[in-house]
Amino acid sequence: MRDTFVRALIEEAKTNKSIELITGDLGFGVLKPYWEALPNQFINAGIAEQNMTSVAAGMALEGKIVFTYSIGNFPTLRCLEQIRNDCAYHKANVKIVCVGGGFVYGSLGMSHHATEDIAIMRALPDVTVFCPGDATEAEECVKAAIETEGTCYIRLGRGGEGRVLENVDFKIGKAVNIRKSKDADVKIAVFSTGAVLREVFGACDHFEKQNIGVEQYSFPTVKPIDAQTIRECAEKFDYIFTVEEHNIVGGFGSAVSEVMAECNCKARLVRLGINDCYCTKVGNQSYLREQYGISESKIIERITEVISE
Amino acid sequence: MTSKELAWKIRRHAVEMTHLSGGSHIGAILSVADIIGVLYTDVMQFDASNPKWDKRDRFILSKGHAGASIYAALAENEFFPVEELKTHYQNGSRLSGHVSHHLPGIDFSTGSLGHGLSAAAGMALGAKQDCKEHRVFVVLGDGECDEGSVWEAALFANNFRLNNLVAIIDYNHMQSLDYCENTLEFGNFADKWRAFGWDVCEVDGHDHDALREALSKNENRTKPLAVIAHTIKGKGISFMQEDILWHYRFPHEGWEYDNAVCELHAVKPDGVIDPYTPNGISAPCPIPEDADIKLKHILTETYHPTFFKKEG
Repeated sequence: MRDTFVRALIEEAKTNKSIELITGDLGFGVLKPYWEALPNQFINAGIAEQNMTSVAAGMALEGKIVFTYSIGNFPTLRCLEQIRNDCAYHKANVKIVCVGGGFVYGSLGMSHHATEDIAIMRALPDVTVFCPGDATEAEECVKAAIETEGTCYIRLGRGGEGRVLENVDFKIGKAVNIRKSKDADVKIAVFSTGAVLREVFGACDHFEKQNIGVEQYSFPTVKPIDAQTIRECAEKFDYIFTVEEHNIVGGFGSAVSEVMAECNCKARLVRLGINDCYCTKVGNQSYLREQYGISESKIIERITEVISE
Repeated sequence: MTSKELAWKIRRHAVEMTHLSGGSHIGAILSVADIIGVLYTDVMQFDASNPKWDKRDRFILSKGHAGASIYAALAENEFFPVEELKTHYQNGSRLSGHVSHHLPGIDFSTGSLGHGLSAAAGMALGAKQDCKEHRVFVVLGDGECDEGSVWEAALFANNFRLNNLVAIIDYNHMQSLDYCENTLEFGNFADKWRAFGWDVCEVDGHDHDALREALSKNENRTKPLAVIAHTIKGKGISFMQEDILWHYRFPHEGWEYDNAVCELHAVKPDGVIDPYTPNGISAPCPIPEDADIKLKHILTETYHPTFFKKEG
């Protein structure tokens, strides 16, 4: 997903000379193709995210479309007030890119886990929040962010995730339908955002094979949220499950619950995510997903448990 | 309008605006008034009838709490009516206490310290990339330089040789609770900026000629410029000078307002019209004997920890 992002950005920046990329001294082995191709549209701001973010705002107010790039929480939480006051409030064309959403940097420890970023970024007015589920969605998010006026947040996974979807019918604020439910007794809808998509995809395959009616959506945009799809599913299905590689408080599941709380619906909502704790275990991304209940097998386990109640 | 006239007007508006609104930070506004007065008469290029003119010099008041100084300078330069200054802090006003870009002539909103230099650096960088010739001015408070982000920006601006960037530091030596030296001591402040690679110029921040010279365009400059403007907090109104109290207090009805106005009138440049008290105040309330003046109200007068000593 990370390399796809860089390739997509290079393509866009070659023709759109107002695009700038600023990194907070990260991207070794990743951003080289960009700075070699477009040296006059690249800045290394050093390990100084607060400055990087306000610089981006200043450049954006001079007419540029500025991507800031770092990993984990560094481009967001570390410089949150700069995003709020200098970027979002000024409707500055700054596109904040995080590599490593969720447990990507698993073994590096808690400091490197971006597990509250969706909640925090979506709480800011005038910030569009993208969490692509795979490389295909990531390409679309880059293009959409360039076309979207104002401040955007793009939460990427890691490198080498590949594609779950060959192509998507992408629209800002619209969920991507991945599978339609077949007529069956228990009808469930499964929503996810971000790169946990692959785990969710596997889990949905399982239920489909069990002949349990399952409809799957990926939400590459968390803000604005696709309220229409949520409302339709809430009327149609018995259960809606949300899955995110993120704290269960304030993130994607919360965004879905906000919509459901204000409509008359039959579906019961169950949110899967990190259960409001910091990760204290050591391990790689797939290990931590398993430990914190968002691996394919744990998703299957939890959904089975709920629909068997 | 001359810089002296504008600086006087800024001070007079500031007294009225804070008096009417109960707003804070008159000390900081008086401190920066001469700097703003010079910038908005003899230094910066702008066009009030076209606030977004692309060739204008950009300006950020990073010490956003002195916003009244900019509002006054913009109104006096006809960006909006002078009459609107009276709405400062009021319900429904455009003039928030801290600087708001929802006003013509304001390039950037501030209020949280430590953002302005970075944003100005971004503007300066963008201008350089596009071969634009305007300059970017940013005024910082000295206390603001406690913020680490200021020094991130200082490193950045030098690294990219932003010779179109001018930072003016309103060095009045006082911040929110105490003297800067008693808070997080800077040592030699100018040397700090030099150490970060900047060209540095130290001036008396109330000397207009010195400010004009320091801020004049120098085509040979290769580095960003820091103008350390030595100022006095509360400058121009004797009982407000060098007293932390006036970081917060506003001139109340009675002796405070009357004496502030009288002191300004005593130094009013010829021909300047005071829109509020055109003839001054003929019989000002006397200063009461128990008035809370001639004190500094600083933290270290009453804070005496035993776990550290600064001597030596």
